[in-house]
Amino acid sequence: MNAPLLEVSTLSRNFGGIAAASEVSLELARGEVHAIIGPNGAGKTTLVSLLAGELRADSGAIRFRGETITNMPVHARAQRGLARTFQITSIFPEFSALENVAMAIQAHAGHSFRFWRPVTQNAILQQGARNALEQVGLAGIPERNAGEMSHGEHRLLEMAMALATQPALLLLDEPAAGLGPEETTAMVAILRGLRQDKGILLVEHDMDVVFAIADRITVMVSGRTIATGSPEEIREDENVRKAYLGDGVDEGA
Amino acid sequence: MRQLVQKPPGRYWLVFAAVLVLLLAPAAIAYLDQPFYLDVLMRLMILAIAASSLNLILGYSGMISLGHSVYIGIGAYAVGIPAYYDQYNGLLQLALALGGAGLFALVTGLICLRTRGAYFIMITLAFAQMMYFTFVSIEEYGGDDGLVIYARSDFAGLYDLENNVRLYYLVLGCLLLTLLLVHRIVNSHFGMVIRGAKSNDRRMQAVGFPTFRYRLTCYVISGMICGLAGWLMGNFTGFISPEMMDWTRSGELIAMVILGGPGSLFGPAIGAAVFILMETVLAEVTIYWHLYLGLLLILVAKFGRGGLGGLFQRNRGTP
Amino acid sequence: MDSTLLVIQILNGLQLGVLLFLLAAGLTLVFGIMDFINLAHGSFYMVGAFFCATLTLWFDSFLLGLLLALPLTLAVGVVVELLVVRHLYQEDHLQQILATFGLILVADTLVHIIWGPEGLTFALPEVLNGQVTVLPGIRFPIYRILIISVGLLIAAGLYWVVARTRIGMLIRAGASNRRMVGALGVDIRYLFTLVFGAGAVMAGLAGLMIAPITEASIGMGNEILIVAFVVIVIGGIGSIKGAFLGALLVGLIDTLGRSFLDGMLKLVLSNQAAETSAPAISAMLIYILMAAILYFRPQGLFPPKGR
Repeated sequence: MNAPLLEVSTLSRNFGGIAAASEVSLELARGEVHAIIGPNGAGKTTLVSLLAGELRADSGAIRFRGETITNMPVHARAQRGLARTFQITSIFPEFSALENVAMAIQAHAGHSFRFWRPVTQNAILQQGARNALEQVGLAGIPERNAGEMSHGEHRLLEMAMALATQPALLLLDEPAAGLGPEETTAMVAILRGLRQDKGILLVEHDMDVVFAIADRITVMVSGRTIATGSPEEIREDENVRKAYLGDGVDEGA
Repeated sequence: MRQLVQKPPGRYWLVFAAVLVLLLAPAAIAYLDQPFYLDVLMRLMILAIAASSLNLILGYSGMISLGHSVYIGIGAYAVGIPAYYDQYNGLLQLALALGGAGLFALVTGLICLRTRGAYFIMITLAFAQMMYFTFVSIEEYGGDDGLVIYARSDFAGLYDLENNVRLYYLVLGCLLLTLLLVHRIVNSHFGMVIRGAKSNDRRMQAVGFPTFRYRLTCYVISGMICGLAGWLMGNFTGFISPEMMDWTRSGELIAMVILGGPGSLFGPAIGAAVFILMETVLAEVTIYWHLYLGLLLILVAKFGRGGLGGLFQRNRGTP
Repeated sequence: MDSTLLVIQILNGLQLGVLLFLLAAGLTLVFGIMDFINLAHGSFYMVGAFFCATLTLWFDSFLLGLLLALPLTLAVGVVVELLVVRHLYQEDHLQQILATFGLILVADTLVHIIWGPEGLTFALPEVLNGQVTVLPGIRFPIYRILIISVGLLIAAGLYWVVARTRIGMLIRAGASNRRMVGALGVDIRYLFTLVFGAGAVMAGLAGLMIAPITEASIGMGNEILIVAFVVIVIGGIGSIKGAFLGALLVGLIDTLGRSFLDGMLKLVLSNQAAETSAPAISAMLIYILMAAILYFRPQGLFPPKGR
């Protein structure tokens, strides 16, 4: 198991001549939290979309669990254990919290060309969904309509949907965006609890969150990676300080 | 479990009463000696089947097809064309209706489902119109004027459709079967996938569903159920013509679904009933009854979200 | 293939093409800017034809009938926009389809009430009845040449308006980014009414130009409307350029297919097979074309940017 979980090599993507991602390379091992930071427009969300499969790379390669997935469609990557959350909440607003999570489990429980038996009679989906909701602290509201939940609950629900499928790799696009201090603390605790058996690729603006849980940090500016290293190395890196972190980093530490 | 069990028969007694009325209707109609009303009810139920099939893709999966009447036409021609060659075998005709409708849905769906929004609406419309003009141009089968079917589907003499009451009960049986089927499908694993894809297709793919093949399957099932309605229609009217698949017929099906409430189990049947009722009652009063129907549709579009079916059901499929 | 017939059929195809363009232009603009699907657009085609027929018979002058029918059609378009359509921009496509389907029923019935169930026919003035020599040895009706010229002129004019004027700038902005137009401080409702009215007039013009050849009849717009939908789907919804090229393509393929397909099929099939299959296949041609284009470009040939 020496091969990294995720191996990105010289991945590039242009939009009308503007390089949103330019020769990005990074590695991520099981049990590792790898944070991507960088100013707005650095190409972080583009990178997540390339990894998840919503965008196709112009060049470069993505290997996941030893398999090349560069040109695989979104659902096939998800099937192989790559789960994600979205920067802007993406849930099923017409369905209950429990159904949202059950949907994610169902996607990984064989094909769904089952037309007759009510899905509610599938105890595996129901129990799995309850467990995942419990894991993120939403156990109390399984029947609530997802569309009526608060923003903080939406972030947690998305996390539950990602976790419920027992993925090998989590792509988290700003999971703490818009959360209050207490909610952020809770989210950090959840992320800490996950790291043993998964890889996490974390895009986050909140430096407190990043430095609290990241094992490795990659800094992106204008579609390029300018530095990769441990949190300490990144904090000490002159280039990073100049390009991006500025003075605020000491407070964040 | 309130949400997970999308429980349509909210008011069982109403459904029960409606089925009872439909079961007893032929006897009452025979007693009153008003055979015309048997025809009205049959037409109503056949259109209810067609509208329910449209609801499966439109109401539950968010695919707005404006060409659904093409499947009524395919089903009806599956009776008419064999009959033209003196082939009245009911099973053969039924197989042709279901197979033909399913095949057409599969082939056109492969293209339609690649598109979204307005493109989907217009391309379904265009494919239906293609079939319309195709049958108009086939002189052999009557072209514009259509074909008269001289005998109804034959089931080796076991169930005689030439008897109108027999046909009536067959139509009723098909309607109940359709409603049961739609109910089961919508609440099944498959149903979760198509409803989820309506709600948030991007999310469905991100959790690992290849939604295209599920939506395509749903499109084919819907087409086949409507093909069944067409097969019944061909037997019922004893006459087929391209006019059955004219796009305004599809518009009427959409009107029924929205009138009744898209995404509710009984909505389309109620919409079909309202439609037939207006046609039967208003047409007696004025030849300009389409004017009032048109005005009603405009008002429903603006004010009547959820349609009339919402009255008969506590939980609606649409938010 | 007979080259005289070929030239004549190309001209016929062009004539169908420009008529389709006049219908499609309004449809595609209304959709591109207001995100509004108007199934009742064909009703303006019908209304224009009936106005022109009645007025022509009244004044015994086609020119007068034409000149008066256009503002009347505009008025109908504006009234429909103000009374019904305006209230549906915010609704989703399903509600728009239902309402505009209702509008078709209302329009068809009103025409039935006003003009009766029979169609109206009227003759062209003598001047327009003749034929001209378009190429040595090939003669073609003057009036059809006139239709083609008017259609091309309007296409050019529309192109100029959209490409060069302030209103055109707003229209282009609206087609690619609706919110931006509002941000420019323009009263968007005024722009919407204007575009809808202009679309109605163009559809009405198409209807009244064809009426002397066919007739003004109830529901005449409902069939050609579908072909206009094919045109804008092929061209890319919201694109004037797409509508123009799509209209000419569809007009030519449909017309040429109907006249030459059986001849071509006879090269590969038996005479009888060709004669029976040609009408069906030629009826399907434009839809096959549309399917093929959409298979490779689900957004049509010229999708407006930003969408």
